[in-house]
Amino acid sequence: MSEELFEEPILDLERKIEALSGTGDDNATRNRRLQLENELDELRKQIYGNLSSWQKTLVARHPKRPYTHDYLAHMMEDFVELHGDRRYSDDPAIVGGMAVFRGEPVAVIGHQKGRDTKEKIYRNFGMPRPEGYRKALRIMKIAEKFGRPIITFIDTPGAYPGIGAEERGQAEAIAYNLREMAKLKVPVLVTVTGEGGSGGALALGIGNKVNILEYATYSVISPEGCAAILWKDPKMSKVAAKAMKATAPELAKLDIVDEIIREVPGGAHADPKGQAVLVGETLARQMEELSALGPDDLVRQRYDRFRKLGVYEG
Amino acid sequence: MPEGLWVKCDGCREIIYKKEVVLNANVCPKCNYHFRVSARERLTALLDDGKYVEFDQDISPLDPLEFKDTKPYKGRLKDYQKKTGEKDALIACRGTIGGQPVIMAVMNYAFMGGSMGSVVGEKVTRCAEAALRERAPLIVISCSGGARMQEGALSLMQMAKISSALAMLDDAGVPFLSILTDPTTGGVTASYAMLGDMNIAEPRALIGFAGPRVIEQTIRQTLPSGFQRSEFLIEHGMLDCIVERSKMRDVLIHCLRFMTSDQSAQAGSVTPFMNRD
Repeated sequence: MSEELFEEPILDLERKIEALSGTGDDNATRNRRLQLENELDELRKQIYGNLSSWQKTLVARHPKRPYTHDYLAHMMEDFVELHGDRRYSDDPAIVGGMAVFRGEPVAVIGHQKGRDTKEKIYRNFGMPRPEGYRKALRIMKIAEKFGRPIITFIDTPGAYPGIGAEERGQAEAIAYNLREMAKLKVPVLVTVTGEGGSGGALALGIGNKVNILEYATYSVISPEGCAAILWKDPKMSKVAAKAMKATAPELAKLDIVDEIIREVPGGAHADPKGQAVLVGETLARQMEELSALGPDDLVRQRYDRFRKLGVYEG
Repeated sequence: MPEGLWVKCDGCREIIYKKEVVLNANVCPKCNYHFRVSARERLTALLDDGKYVEFDQDISPLDPLEFKDTKPYKGRLKDYQKKTGEKDALIACRGTIGGQPVIMAVMNYAFMGGSMGSVVGEKVTRCAEAALRERAPLIVISCSGGARMQEGALSLMQMAKISSALAMLDDAGVPFLSILTDPTTGGVTASYAMLGDMNIAEPRALIGFAGPRVIEQTIRQTLPSGFQRSEFLIEHGMLDCIVERSKMRDVLIHCLRFMTSDQSAQAGSVTPFMNRD
């Protein structure tokens, strides 16, 4: 079986269960159904317990992967979305605003991809332009002003490489976010939920805690980009995906992420609501932990967290 | 700069007597093309009497990912170390410019395209921390294709580490001058190169976030001529000035004088006016 088709046995079994639903409610059918559901659980565990780096890349990009709006819907209340960078325009590839998380007002900011073709184009496939990063920082500063924690969700192929984005300072927008996030005097909780695509991801990523979902990835370049540059052969993407060590356990080993958030069986897309519960539990615990730190301690802790990253000799 | 008596200018394609180019600050006397120069040549040209004291020169790269593309990363590092005589792509040093003590971090394109991995990240961060401790202006000269892929997300994290150190410098009112040379792209542009109190570029340098080829492939259009060159960036408000190499030292002296008066040295400790009694 090709590496890409690892979900086929799961989908087959799901189809079989689906087919049973219209066939009556006798004991035999019910037993058969239970049996298949158990098989499905086992199969999911088995397949998802042995994903290759490339397969994790595909899970992270799964079209049904929960996005920021899904986490907002399942985890938060009373979301008020804030639009625009007050400079040029609004960027739908990043959403953000005020919400209530377990009774506490927080700012939530994250990349947003689209579900159908129309929305994908509207969201620019989750690739922000400079306006998106400037809006994100604007919301963070509002949160800081009113002493509210900031929760970010990262899921982007990368910052958009386009003429307009370059003209309006894509690099400057990212750089400025990195520096200003380092100064924030409120807790910042970052979670990489899908694709952590390079600088375009990092620009929402300077947190006191940086979490990653079990099958999410975070790297300096996409496997395709890496293959094109280093191998001069886009067909080497799978090899590049492995070489870059961009999966959650590999990143944890290098201290790039603090915590891996377990995914529900079959990956986050199998049960977005259940996944939001797991993410929420982690964030609530970390918020509690960080509440012990004062404004200057938070800046210091964040500095120390990133200061130690890097591997060298001498 | 290639060996030999004569060089071909990449700008105007003319064959020029090499000595003439060298005496002209490695700039083509015919078309003003700025030849790529090494970090050490830059330091010699900019600092008083061409003198500088290097520090952290023993920090060397490792291979944390055990990375191998068409060649192992370890082997590539050895080759570049042999070719350039440097441990990695950045030199950190102290010196004076017009009598003003400065901390300098200068990138070397000849070492793996000036790519930024853990060593470059650590050295720039230490430069920023030294600048903060000594309240000496920090000058970074960028010349880089961006983050080093062979160190994966660790390279990406250097952007965060350096930018956090620059945040402290910014808060403390210590000057940071960023000089962008050909080329400055990717993660280097999207972190320290764009964060100067002044962003100064050499003429016609390629400066951008995404490389021109990536943009072309994404939008499937030919890019306008002059796109992502210094002159394009200044037109769009992304640079403070474009300065020819031969005038760079003078411009730095003037800017440093503005930024290092007694008043600005106190900037970090100024009491907000609301709190004064």
